[in-house]
Amino acid sequence: MGVSLFDVTFPFTAARATLISDDTVRADAAEMAAGMGLPDTSAEGWRYSPVGDLDLDSLQPVTAPPTVSLPKISEYEDHLAALDVAASVTVINGFVTSVEVADGWAAKGLVVAEQPFTMPPLAEEPNFFDVLHTGFAPAGLVVSVPDGLVVDEPIVIRNHLTAQSAGFSSLTVDVANNAEVMVLEHFTSEAGCLGVPITNFVVGDRATLKHTSVQDLDPSSWQIGRILGSAGQFGVLSSGLVAFGGKYARVRTDIDLVGRGAKGELVGAYFCDGDQIIDYRTFQHHRAKDTISDLLFKGTVDDEAGSVYTGMIHIHPDGAGSNAFQTNRNIKLGEQAWAWSVPNLQIENNEVRCSHASTVSPVDPDQRFYLHSRGVPPTVADRLIVAGFFEEALKRVPIQPAAEMARALISAKLDQRLGIK
Amino acid sequence: MSELIIDNLAVEVGGKEILSDVSLSIRSGEVHAVMGPNGAGKSTLSNAIMGRAGYTVTSGSVTLDGIDLLALETFERAKAGLFYVMQAPTEVPGVRMADMLNASLVSAGTGITDMPAALAAEASSIGFDVALLDRSLNVDLSGGEKKRSETIQMSVLNPKIAIIDELDSGLDVDGLRTVAARVEKLTHDGLGVLVITHFPRLLAELSADKVHVLAQGRIMTTGGPELATELERTGYGAYAEAEPETKKRPEIDDPFFL
Repeated sequence: MGVSLFDVTFPFTAARATLISDDTVRADAAEMAAGMGLPDTSAEGWRYSPVGDLDLDSLQPVTAPPTVSLPKISEYEDHLAALDVAASVTVINGFVTSVEVADGWAAKGLVVAEQPFTMPPLAEEPNFFDVLHTGFAPAGLVVSVPDGLVVDEPIVIRNHLTAQSAGFSSLTVDVANNAEVMVLEHFTSEAGCLGVPITNFVVGDRATLKHTSVQDLDPSSWQIGRILGSAGQFGVLSSGLVAFGGKYARVRTDIDLVGRGAKGELVGAYFCDGDQIIDYRTFQHHRAKDTISDLLFKGTVDDEAGSVYTGMIHIHPDGAGSNAFQTNRNIKLGEQAWAWSVPNLQIENNEVRCSHASTVSPVDPDQRFYLHSRGVPPTVADRLIVAGFFEEALKRVPIQPAAEMARALISAKLDQRLGIK
Repeated sequence: MSELIIDNLAVEVGGKEILSDVSLSIRSGEVHAVMGPNGAGKSTLSNAIMGRAGYTVTSGSVTLDGIDLLALETFERAKAGLFYVMQAPTEVPGVRMADMLNASLVSAGTGITDMPAALAAEASSIGFDVALLDRSLNVDLSGGEKKRSETIQMSVLNPKIAIIDELDSGLDVDGLRTVAARVEKLTHDGLGVLVITHFPRLLAELSADKVHVLAQGRIMTTGGPELATELERTGYGAYAEAEPETKKRPEIDDPFFL
């Protein structure tokens, strides 16, 4: 069970006094966060975000693991309920509230447990939310897969926030050499929350991690997440992010390919409407020879919603023979909807193959005409085309039951658009 | 008995008149061929009848059994009984043929009990690999496979009138024979066909009741099947004034010249 490490109220001046006195790292971080304030939107990393609108004072203090039972958010959860899982975990308001590991997997050495989180080294100065996380996160979840163990059933983590709460969850997945594991995260919330989930993946030599997160937060909640990952020699790190909820939902992913032949696969699918903003930042770092990265993010924006994709492929001097791909495609459905797509390359070794592509466009008029010419009415045609547009990405989602959940969520959004629900 | 009547049709593309004074009428069971050189306005005719954006009808009328098609949206024209076999069918990623046809039939208030079986039967009857039915529409299909896919859709949707644009492109001789036989069988069941081609030999496989020569945006002459035979011998030279030596750029929707 989680132990409350702090008893705080926002704003942070009140929090500092009540932090455990001997935990100087936390105390320092809390103090630092209070001094930093929210990130400045003139900084490149936040320039498309509405971060200045975040009302910290509206958030409730999170001081103890809650005792609430999880609500069922939608019928699509049946896809999860039907799965055979290696472990099932519940995280509420950042606290790990239950962990169940299937006996067979526990006997083989799979560890899924609550444990204090250590932030891995960051490439740059930590931002406000990183520091806030360090100051206020309770113990996180650790998944540890021993050498050579292939876990072919997913570990499912349900991460929920209750109304007005701020949750600082953490997840560390350590996959030893030659091991394999699948981790499926499902983020949900009630109204007016802030979630700051931080994830650290360490993939060993010839090891494989398949990760997928499904984000279905309440449209009034915020998420500022980050994923840090590294892969060793011929290790494979695949991460899928499907996102449909949140008022402002941001995930930054940094993948470090540190071993020769390491591979990083990133796939994203997002659909925002109303006044939602979904914001992805990705970094594909090729730090060793013959490393491979492949990124495909596809999104649709409707109404007055917006999406941001900013990505960087960085081939470091030792990255000879690397192959790196980065593609972001967006469909703009609503007249007022917007999408920023900013792919970047930084190449410090010439023996590489890199490509990047990005598009923001309305539904293709030729595809529309084709369907109309077969007697498909315009709204139904758009529905088919948009759902079809996502398929390329959904087929590449590392944990396929999550793709089924995504299809259900996309359908629900498209139905809502057509006034079916 | 159905009848598509095109009367004094004039069409502009990009402010330029491409077709003027085109009149044709096609009845159930008939096959009419519109033939003409590249750039004559053949594809403009089919796109204008189907209501594609960018093809502006400036005068004339198109009716199907008395319904004013020009007043309808494209999907309503299809529901009224038109089908358009495109020269270069559009790729629609992530959408399978069955999904599209179901959407069309549901909107028309009809349906097919066992769509997969119906599609599989049509596919195997014209040599279309059944496994391709599960692919995205037209994605990664060869030219011949695309024409077979169009033919399957036409058979399932059962239109009154089909406009078939360059049926032969992409099909080899055997493929053309198979697909033409399927179209001919549909005409025996009452389908009226307007087949558009620059290639007289197509009509050896799909026999036309009437042949119309379209050149410089006008119907220059109309005759029986013997006109196609003559065109194969003489070419279109007689109908195009001062046909230039260098190839003229055809109308904008010809994908081979884009």
